[in-house]
Amino acid sequence: DEADVKWIVSPYDEYALEEALKTKEATGGTVTALTFGPTRADTGLRECLARGADDAVRIASDGLGQVDSLGVARLLAGVIKTLPHDVVWMGNKGVGTDAQVLVPMLAELLDLPHVNLVTKLEWKDGAIVAHREIEGAQEIVEMSLPGVIGATKGLNEPRYASLKGIMAAKKKTIAVKTPADAGVDPATIAGPAAHVRWTKLELPPARQAVKLIPGDDPAKAATELLNLLKNEAKVL
Amino acid sequence: MSNVLVFIEQRDGKIRKSSLEALTLGHSLSKKSGGALAAVIAGSGISSLAPELAAYGASRVFVADKPELALFSSEGYTTALDAAATAFNPSIVLASATAMGRDVAPRFAARRGVGVLSDVMSLDVVDGRLVGSRPVYSGKAQAVVTTGPSVAIQVATPRPNVFPAAKSDAPGAGEVVNLDLAALKIRAKVVKMQAAEAGEIDVAEADKIVTGGRGIKGPESWPVLRALCTELGAALGASRAAVDAGWIGHEHQVGQTGKVVSPSLYIACGVSGAIQHLAGMGSSKVIVAINKDPEAPIFKVATYGIVGDLFQIVPAMTEAAKKLKA
Ligand SMILES: Cc1cc2nc3c(=O)[nH]c(=O)nc-3n(C[C@H](O)[C@H](O)[C@H](O)COP(=O)(O)OP(=O)(O)OC[C@H]3O[C@@H](n4cnc5c(N)ncnc54)[C@H](O)[C@@H]3O)c2cc1C
Ligand SMILES: Nc1ncnc2c1ncn2[C@@H]1O[C@H](COP(=O)(O)O)[C@@H](O)[C@H]1O
Repeated sequence: DEADVKWIVSPYDEYALEEALKTKEATGGTVTALTFGPTRADTGLRECLARGADDAVRIASDGLGQVDSLGVARLLAGVIKTLPHDVVWMGNKGVGTDAQVLVPMLAELLDLPHVNLVTKLEWKDGAIVAHREIEGAQEIVEMSLPGVIGATKGLNEPRYASLKGIMAAKKKTIAVKTPADAGVDPATIAGPAAHVRWTKLELPPARQAVKLIPGDDPAKAATELLNLLKNEAKVL
Repeated sequence: MSNVLVFIEQRDGKIRKSSLEALTLGHSLSKKSGGALAAVIAGSGISSLAPELAAYGASRVFVADKPELALFSSEGYTTALDAAATAFNPSIVLASATAMGRDVAPRFAARRGVGVLSDVMSLDVVDGRLVGSRPVYSGKAQAVVTTGPSVAIQVATPRPNVFPAAKSDAPGAGEVVNLDLAALKIRAKVVKMQAAEAGEIDVAEADKIVTGGRGIKGPESWPVLRALCTELGAALGASRAAVDAGWIGHEHQVGQTGKVVSPSLYIACGVSGAIQHLAGMGSSKVIVAINKDPEAPIFKVATYGIVGDLFQIVPAMTEAAKKLKA
């Protein structure tokens, strides 16, 4: 039941939007918010407009059925090709399905370079120098434009919309596009054409009930716990 | 019959453990379906790594060894994987779901016009099709995912720390095939890698994690947790509440907007266990909760729990760990 659900912009996309707005403020240009989604996604686009995006475009997903990440990437790429762009700003992952695949996929389909997992971004002679967070290290990546950036936590603190922004956003129109506008035949991405299918949604594997150790004698509790970790769970 | 190709990640000439896990998984999938197993590795001065990959069952090792591949580039490494796939003609391609694997596998998949079974925690081949499972919606549900019947190359990224890495009792031939990557188009390139502070283990690849939440009261309490980390060889994690309060850097954050981890041991101290936190650590093998509130939701997912004051319990655990070692 989705009736009472409040639909929001995912936190990663908030970082992406914030960096786009900061860049516009520093160097000029325009920011277009683009999404693929059903009518209710307009709420998120209005929020982007209220924060400072100039235009908003939604590729309508209504009635398409399950579309996998490659399908979404093809739709987004098709529309982005029709819009002027120096940087495509994205979140490193969506919230919900968390596939974490769209940034590299979209970059490849647009024949652009990309940097994902960006926690810090600087500009140098019209190119981007991005800090990217990997396991146990940071990579410093130089990217020429145009290119795709995948934002993650640490990049910035997203702003709130101002009252003026909210009022202005109400007056703007959201351009609604179809898969055909993206040059994509829905029959090639949705339903049986999807490459990745969810065949079942299950409950996560049940975890065994917790074994509680009384904590009133800390030393005794700690010794018992460590013995259990060593001899029962065998993780020490 | 499914030929399996596994993308191997190295750092400073050392093969990453997560890649050996993917290779071990690839070995069992290729055995099950009667296909061959190959590995592909990119870098500079890395040819000597082939025998190690053979020990895990690789019959062929594709090597892209070039100075301009010394540091990672998504475009360069994807081209190496793509060239190996052209030469080997696999029906399954695996890369561990690390920062690098999550970069290269989707880029390769898009180049070939196929999808990715991303971040799977189980993976099998049934009638030639990959079937995997993956937590979704902050770990509230688990999706069973598979590839469509007409997909020629099935790409999957297994989650690190979930599948075992084991040498094969029937090593592969490890025949080295040098990839000739004539023209590399690289527009985004790593120019420098900065390792984390010495002695700091990253939660993303730690086998054990001790995490502090708002219950630790302030940054002056980290030494209490760090002492236990040192004793256990664990990494230090943090809840979003602790990170947003400015007590520690975001690289320590576990959860939906932080890192997703699957260590063998996760010890949560003063963490309530909000759904967004569970999204990041719910797949840990053993979870320990230390919390003074017996009703805290963290106890619902914990294997072991102590209801008590972390400022008393954690130092006692450090002492007990010392004694256990002695
Ligand atoms: C979009 C979104 C994304 C989010 N992403 C994340 C994320 O990535 N990671 C994350 O962690 N959270 C995330 N959150 C926040 C999450 O909802 C919780 O607010 C957060 O996890 C709470 O952190 P905490 O458990 O440290 O603090 P609290 O919920 O305040 O819990 C503190 C706990 O400490 C216990 N305690 C206090 N004193 C002691 C003591 N002396 N000894 C023992 N126990 C004590 C208390 O009983 C309590 O259970 C996200 C939220 C949203 C909306
Ligand atoms: N339906 C969509 N419309 C527009 N952008 C999307 C959509 N889904 C995902 N993205 C973008 O791709 C990023 C990564 O998503 P994912 O690969 O699905 O985890 C997100 O943070 C968004 O920036």
